[in-house]
Amino acid sequence: MRVLVTGASGFLGRAVAAEIAAAGHEVRTFQRRPSGVPGVTDLLGSVTVPAEARLAVAGMDAVVHLAAKVSLAGSPADFVAVNVGGTRSLLAEATDAGASRFVFVSSPSVAHAGASIVGSDADPADPARARGPYARTKAEAELLALAADSARLRVVAVRPHLVWGPGDTQLVARIVERARAGRLPLLGHGAALIDTTYIDNAASAIAAALEQADAVHGNSYVITNGEPRPVAELLAGMCRAAGVPAPAWRVPAGVARGAGALIEAAWAVRPGVDEPPMTRFLAEQLSTAHWFDQRRTRTELRWTPAVSLDEGFRRLAASYDR
Amino acid sequence: MNLGPAPVSYRLPRAAATPAPATLPPAGLPGMDAAFSRLVPVVSGASGHPVTRTWHLLDNGDRLAELGVTPVGTVLCVHGNPTWSYLWREFVTAATDAAANGGEAWRVIAVDQLEMGYSERSGARRPLAMRVRDLGELTDTLGLSGPVVTFGHDWGGSISLGWALDHPELLAGVMLLNTAVHQPEDAPVPAPLRLALRSSVLGRGTVATPAFLETTLALAHPPLPTAVKQAYRAPYRGAARRGGIGAFVADIPVPDAHESAAELARISGGIRDLVVPALMLWGPTDPIFSDRYLDDLLDRLPHADVHRFEGAGHLVMEDVDYAAAALTWLGDRGLPADASAGGVPVPVESARSAGHSRPERAHSGARGEGEGEGEGEGGWAAAGQYPLWHYLDELQNSDETALIDMAPPGGGAPRVVSWRLLSRRVRQLACGLDRLGVRKGDRVSLLIPPGADLTAVLYACVRIGAIVVVADAGLGLRGLTRAVRGARPDHVIGAAPGLLAARALDWPGQKISVARFPRAAMRALDISATLAELIALGVDEELPPPPEPGDTAAVLFTSGSTGPAKGVVYTHGQLAAVSHALYAQYGVGRGTGLVAGFAPFALLGPALGARSVTPDMDVTKPKTLTAASVAAAVAAIDATVVFLSPAALANVVTTADSLTAADHASLAGVECFLSAGAPVSEPLLAAAARLMPAASAHTPYGMTEGLLMADITLDGIREALATRPLTDPTSALSSVGSAVASSTPTDVPAGPGGVCVGRATATTRIRTSALDARGRATGELSEVAGVTGEIVVSAPHVEDHYDRLWLTDRAARRGAVPGERWHRTGDVGHLDTAGRLWVEGRLPHVITTAAGVLTPVGPEQRVESVAAVARAAVVGIGPAGTQQVVVVVETVTPARRVALADPELAAAVRAAAGLPLAAVLVVPHLPTDIRHNSKIDRTRLGRWAGGILSGARMTRP
Repeated sequence: MRVLVTGASGFLGRAVAAEIAAAGHEVRTFQRRPSGVPGVTDLLGSVTVPAEARLAVAGMDAVVHLAAKVSLAGSPADFVAVNVGGTRSLLAEATDAGASRFVFVSSPSVAHAGASIVGSDADPADPARARGPYARTKAEAELLALAADSARLRVVAVRPHLVWGPGDTQLVARIVERARAGRLPLLGHGAALIDTTYIDNAASAIAAALEQADAVHGNSYVITNGEPRPVAELLAGMCRAAGVPAPAWRVPAGVARGAGALIEAAWAVRPGVDEPPMTRFLAEQLSTAHWFDQRRTRTELRWTPAVSLDEGFRRLAASYDR
Repeated sequence: MNLGPAPVSYRLPRAAATPAPATLPPAGLPGMDAAFSRLVPVVSGASGHPVTRTWHLLDNGDRLAELGVTPVGTVLCVHGNPTWSYLWREFVTAATDAAANGGEAWRVIAVDQLEMGYSERSGARRPLAMRVRDLGELTDTLGLSGPVVTFGHDWGGSISLGWALDHPELLAGVMLLNTAVHQPEDAPVPAPLRLALRSSVLGRGTVATPAFLETTLALAHPPLPTAVKQAYRAPYRGAARRGGIGAFVADIPVPDAHESAAELARISGGIRDLVVPALMLWGPTDPIFSDRYLDDLLDRLPHADVHRFEGAGHLVMEDVDYAAAALTWLGDRGLPADASAGGVPVPVESARSAGHSRPERAHSGARGEGEGEGEGEGGWAAAGQYPLWHYLDELQNSDETALIDMAPPGGGAPRVVSWRLLSRRVRQLACGLDRLGVRKGDRVSLLIPPGADLTAVLYACVRIGAIVVVADAGLGLRGLTRAVRGARPDHVIGAAPGLLAARALDWPGQKISVARFPRAAMRALDISATLAELIALGVDEELPPPPEPGDTAAVLFTSGSTGPAKGVVYTHGQLAAVSHALYAQYGVGRGTGLVAGFAPFALLGPALGARSVTPDMDVTKPKTLTAASVAAAVAAIDATVVFLSPAALANVVTTADSLTAADHASLAGVECFLSAGAPVSEPLLAAAARLMPAASAHTPYGMTEGLLMADITLDGIREALATRPLTDPTSALSSVGSAVASSTPTDVPAGPGGVCVGRATATTRIRTSALDARGRATGELSEVAGVTGEIVVSAPHVEDHYDRLWLTDRAARRGAVPGERWHRTGDVGHLDTAGRLWVEGRLPHVITTAAGVLTPVGPEQRVESVAAVARAAVVGIGPAGTQQVVVVVETVTPARRVALADPELAAAVRAAAGLPLAAVLVVPHLPTDIRHNSKIDRTRLGRWAGGILSGARMTRP
C-alpha cells in the first residue's frame, strides 16, 4: 500500500511513519520540516495549501493524517486554519486522488466537556462543548472526516490519549523541565486516575486502524495503554525516569483552574513568547479522572498495546541515561 | 381518642358536591403514556332508575391487541385516597413492555374511582358498599373475563378485595400495597387519620384546602420529584375537584356505628376464605398503615407472599420497583390455565410457597390430645429425628448436671441446674406461657442474656410451639429495633435492658419480665407477668401438644453485615437437624461437657443432651472472655468441648499469661474446640490450640441461614496453606473475549486463592454456580474443581425461608429439583480437587475487569503478605465489565490520614498483588461490620475509592 503520513516530523507522526514503513508499506510523509524517518520519502509543504496537499496525495492508496496545531495556547484562527481547514482540504484531495483509506488522528478531548471520564468509550465529537481551541477544532475536523466516510474512501478516527515516551518534546519534556525548575505543581491530591499511551502503542494502534479500515470505517476509537494510574504516580514516574525530583507542592484544583484562566488571559496580551505554564485546559486535565473502556478498541482494531506502563518508564529512563 | 360526633354528620363544604364530567388527563404527565387513557360510560341501575357515570381509566388492552398478543389475564388496579390511577403508571407500562418483549401478557386496567382523579364528579356520597358495586358495574360494562388479579393500595385495597369476594368465578389472585381491611380493637386509629377525621378539620383539611393531599404526597422516600407531585395534584385543583377526597375520609368506618362498618366487616371477614394466591408488597415506614395492619392482613390471608421493603413507606409504589416485583410474582404463579403461555416456570415450592409469612398460624392445633412423656414425638419418629426437648423429657428424673451459669445474674456463686430441675422449669414455664395465652405460632421475642433463664424460656417456648425471635444485641439498638418491629412479636420476654428498650422504642407485643420489679416499674414497663408468675401459673405442668417437625420454630436475625438484618425462619425439624449436625461433626451428645461461649450453638446444649456451662463474660462483648474464665468453666463441668466466637478466642489467647498450672491442667482435658462466626487465621487458631494441647481445633463455615455447612481443622488449614497453588492458576481472571484479553501487558494471571473452609459436613452438599462476564452467578450448579462461582448449599439444616422478604427469598433459591432446597449463600469461591471449599469473597464484591471477573480475597491475602500492610481490601471502580482494580490498605503503623500509598509501598503492593492495579490507597482504618469487626463492605469502599480517584476530596471511607 502507498501511504501518506502527514505531520511526520512530530513525536507521534515520526513513530507512525516508521511503524507503517516497517510493515512493508511505501510511505510518503508531508509536513513543513524533514521527518528524519529512515526509509520514507519526505514531501515538504503545508496541508493548508490545497495545491501542496493535492501533490501530496497524488498516487496514494491511503492517508494517515496527523498534522495539526497541538499547542495548549495560541490564536484561535490558527487552530481553525490548520486543524479544520487542513483536514477539509486533505479529505477533498484524497477523494479526488482516489485514495481508499483515511485514518484521522484525533484526541479524546474532542468529546470531553470537562467532567471526569471514568471508563467510558469514545463518545461522539462535540465541538460545542469541547474545551479550548485545540479540542474544539479537532472535534470539528473529526466530524468532517467521519462525514466524508464512504464506500470509496473509508475513514477511521483514532484518539490516542496523552502519548508519551522517549523523545517526546511535548508532555514528558515539559513536565521534566518544570519539575527540574521546581515549577511543577501537583493539582489537588494527585489521585485522579489518568490513562496514557506509550508512544509505540499509539503508533501500532494507528497502524492497526489503517489495516482494519475496511472493517471499522466510520467509527472513532480511543487509544490508551488501558492502565490508568493516579496522576501523581504518573508524573513521579516520568520525573524518576528523567532523574529529577517529583512534584512536591500542591495546588488545590479549583485554585489552579482560576489561576490558569488568569494566566491564559495575561498571555493573550503578549502572544508568541512561550506557552503559558498553566491553562485551564491543563488544570482540568490533571485534576479530573480520564480513563476509558478499551474493549471495543481492542476487539475491533484487533490490537493490544505491546508496551506496558512500567516497561515504558524503563525505556524512558534508559533514554535519559544515554 | 374521642372521635367526636357520629360520622354521618360530617358536613363537607358546598363545593364538594359540584358535578363535573369525566375528562382525559392532560398529556405529558411524567411516566404516564396518554395512549393508555380512556373514558368509559357505565349505566348504573343500582338506585332504581338508570344513570350514566363516566370513568377514566388506564387500559393497555388496545395496545396488546395492536401487538397481536392475547392476554393471559387482567390485573384490576384500584387506587386509594387521595391518589388516582397515575400511581399505577409504572405497572401499566412495565406490563405492556413485558408483553411487547415476548413475556407473559397481562392486560392492566387501572381505574379512577368515581368522584376521584379524572372520573366523573356526580356530587353523590359513595360509601364503601357503593364503591364496590360501582367497580362491579364497570367490569360488567367492560365485559371483563377471567382470570382477574386485583391490585389495591390504601382504601383501594378494601374496595378491590370487596370486588374479589363478589367475583369468585373471575378471581385468580389478589395483590396489595400498603392497605388495611380492619381496625384492630386494641389499637388507636392512625394519628394522621384521627386528625383528618375530626369534624372540625375534615372539610377544611380535605376539601377546602389540599392539606390531606399534600400530607400524603410528602410520604415518599426519597421525596417525590416536583413534576410527579404536580401530576398527582393535577385532577384535584380547586375545592370543587376535591369533594371525593373528603367523602373518602368521612367514609372511614369508625366508630362501629358507621354506615360502611358492615361492608368493611363483610370484606375483612370474607377474605379469610380466599384461597387464591395473594401478594403483599409493603412499605413499613408508613404512619398510616403500619406493620400492625400487615399483621392483621396476614392473619386473614396466611398463605400470602409478603415482601417488606425496608425503608419504603405508604407510597411504596413510588419508593421501590413494585411493578417488577408484581410481574415476577404473577409469572411465578403460573396463573394462566391455557398451555399457550408455555415457558412459565413452575413454582419451585408451589404448595409451601417460600416467602409466605406465617404458615404457622394456619395449622395451630387444638390442645388436649396426647399428653405425657414421649407421646408428642409421633411425627418426629416418622421424620427420624429427636425433637429439641427430647432429653428434657428423657432425663426429667436425672440429678445429673444440665447447666451451670458461672456468673448468674445478680452475682453470687455459680448456679448449677440439674436435668430434673431444668426439665421441670421448662414444663412449668411452658404451661404458664400457655395459661397466659401464648399459643402455638405466636411469636416471642427473647431479650434475655445467655444463661439458665434464657435456656429455660427458650425450651419452654419451643415445647409449646411458640416461635422464638432471636436478634443479636450486636445489631445495635437501631438494627435491633428494626428487626423486632419487622418480626412483629406477639410477646416479648426480657431482662431489664431489653424491656426498657422495648418500652422506649415502642416495640410491639405483650411484655413478660425475667425479674420482678417494684409495682410502679412493672406498670411503667407495661409488664404483664414475670417468670416467677409464669412458673406459679404453670405449676400443674399440663402441656398443650408439642409442635411437629414442619412447624415454625424460630426466626433468627442475620448480622446485618450484608445489608439490613434479615429474619431467617427455621422449622422445628430444621433446628433438630442443626443439632444433629453438631452431634455428627463434633461428637457433642448425651453427657458431653460443653463450654457454651458461642450463642447459637450453645443454646442447643440441652437439645444434644450435653451438660453446658456459660462462662463468666459479657456475652454482648465477646472480648470480655478471659482464658481464666474458660479454664474455670471447663473445670466446673469437666468439659471436653469448647465453643467460642473468634473475638472471644482472640482475647482468650491474649490473656493466657494469667493461667495457673491448675487452669492449664483443666484445659488439657479439652478434646475439641471450635471458633464459629467468622473466619479465623491460622496463627490465632494455633495459639489457642497450644492452650488446649489435646484438642482438635475447628472452625466451621456457615451463616445464619445455614449454621454448619463446612468444617476445617487446624491441621486442615495448614495442609491447605501448603497446597495453595491450585488447579488452574489462570482461573482468577476467567477470560472473556480471550483473543482480546490474553496478550494484554496488564493481563497477569494469578490464582484465585481465598480462605479454605474445609469440606462439607456430613449432610451438606456444596456446589458453585460459575460467574459470567458481568459477575452474575448464572452457571449450572457444579461440583467441578476450580470453578469460581457463587457458593450454593443444600442440607436438612438449612433455613426454611426469609421472613416477609419474598423477593429476597426467591433470589436466594437455586435449583428446581422437587424436595431439594438449595440456598445461595451470596459468597463466591471454588472447590478444589480434594473437595475442599475456598471462599473468595462476596458476590456483590466481585470485580469485572475487561480481562475477566476477579474475586477479592486471593489478591487481598497476597497484598497482606507485604510486611507494612496490616489489612487490605481489593475493590473495583468504574463501569461493570471494564472496572479497574484498586487496593485500599491499613498499614501496620497506622496512617494518620487518607492518601495515595508512597512509591515504595505502592510498588510492593503491586508486586505482591499479581494483577494490574490502578491505584493503592492508604487509610487509617478500613470500615467493617459491627458484629464481627472483620467483614469489609467492599461495595461501599469501592464507591468511596471511585470518588477519590476521579478527583473528589480525600475524605475517610
